[in-house]
Amino acid sequence: MSQLKESLTKGKFVITSEIGPPKGTNIMPHIEEAEHFLKGKVAAINVTDIQSAVMRFGSLATCRLLVEHGMEPVLQMVCRDRNRLALQSDLLSAAGLGIENVLCLTGDHQVMGDHKDAKGVYDLDSVQLLAAAKGLTEGHDMSGNKLDGTPNLFLGAVVTPESEPVEPQIIKMKKKILAGAQFFQTQAVYDIDRFASFMDKVRGFGVPVMAGIVVLKSAGMAKFMNANVAGVKVPENLIEEMKKMKTEEDKIKKGVELAAKVINGVKKYCQGAHIMPLGWDKHVPSIIAQCDLS
Amino acid sequence: MITSTSKSFETVLENLKGENKLFLVGCGDCATICKTGDEDTVKAMKAKLEENGKTVTGWIVVTPACNVGKLRKEFKAVKQQIDDSDSILVMSCGLCVAAVIDAVEQVKPVHPGTDTGFGGETIRFGQFTERCSMCGECILEDTGGICPVTMCSKGLLNGPCGGYKNGKCEVDPELDCGWMMIYERLGKLNKLDKMEPLRKPKNFAKWKRPRKLVLTDEQKFGKKKTTNE
Repeated sequence: MSQLKESLTKGKFVITSEIGPPKGTNIMPHIEEAEHFLKGKVAAINVTDIQSAVMRFGSLATCRLLVEHGMEPVLQMVCRDRNRLALQSDLLSAAGLGIENVLCLTGDHQVMGDHKDAKGVYDLDSVQLLAAAKGLTEGHDMSGNKLDGTPNLFLGAVVTPESEPVEPQIIKMKKKILAGAQFFQTQAVYDIDRFASFMDKVRGFGVPVMAGIVVLKSAGMAKFMNANVAGVKVPENLIEEMKKMKTEEDKIKKGVELAAKVINGVKKYCQGAHIMPLGWDKHVPSIIAQCDLS
Repeated sequence: MITSTSKSFETVLENLKGENKLFLVGCGDCATICKTGDEDTVKAMKAKLEENGKTVTGWIVVTPACNVGKLRKEFKAVKQQIDDSDSILVMSCGLCVAAVIDAVEQVKPVHPGTDTGFGGETIRFGQFTERCSMCGECILEDTGGICPVTMCSKGLLNGPCGGYKNGKCEVDPELDCGWMMIYERLGKLNKLDKMEPLRKPKNFAKWKRPRKLVLTDEQKFGKKKTTNE
């Protein structure tokens, strides 16, 4: 059974993290890094699915490698690149390869990536993908055909608490739950009060929410995200704090400290935190060490 | 309105390589509005082709040039000019190219002079926007009359992704997020509950190409006459 599911069901505050496969076949350094810095420290490790629409090594294969190295993966699946036949087939393959956790997302538009001329598929949207996946766990495909072997899947979805307006996000969140979502990971959260007010609106849904933590690497990165990434708002005071850091070492220290501060801040409002280190995998243990997870 | 834009003259010349005598077809409807196949543009093309050593055996602007019956009728008057040509250049959308092929008696190459765009709403003279994807499964009833298949860059049916910012789409800061438009309109109509039901995936079997529509005689001509009448 999925440890992630078990921990969330038991009401433990759960930490997950994430790795992004490389562009090319050099996957093993990433697996080794995960083994070294994340294994045993986080409940599960997300593997992004052709993140930012930049073509790269596959999520499913990476997830299987994590399983082989004793780690629990969360298979991210986006709707951009596969139609309903391929998505359902990959969900069956995942289950057959010992992967239970699946995070269903829309996916960044192909023009955001490095194959701008690609055909975007979006045969299903994230709500419909969740419904299809839930159907598989009930023993049938989208056409109602009976499966020879039913997958066990723990289905997750995403929500963006800082979207403005947030109401469409909440309407969609409810639909995702109706469709089959059993847990949520959010887009990056920095402002505890705003997150608390978001959680007030969705707590009644009764589905565990893990706050998304994107580790700040520099003031420039924060400013870039504020300007360019939808649903991400880094408060000015955090940018100011980062700005004061001159050496690389200080920046790491501050980024780690701020990430832990957000986790400690959101802890009483939600059921877990999902740390997106964006390459700073090796600093995840320091973040966790600074969190009060008792 | 089917939008079209003219192919570059260089491309047209390249496509006409080896064919010296041409017959030109324009369209008095959409391609006239888009200035790709109106009389003036057809005449200008004739002049340019002649400057480049081609012979134009004749030209015609048919309204509309996507109507096979109409084309057949009007081609009768220019039969000799079509006979004399090596090939036909259609200065209108792809529908017209296909209709010309179906209508013309003579077997000869038919070249597209434009790139066909989309089914467009005319905002004002010379300004068109895509609002409908002609998907065969209309859901405008539930989306405040704004089509997410067309207006959302991902064609999402169950609400926006997380990519909207200041009401705009993640793919282009100038592009309105289709779902924000729907959300705002339903809000104004006090019908936001329309966003809540789970919407099933589209039935792409209805999009099986090529699509066709054939009316019955009753639909075409009204109620069937009965013997008692």
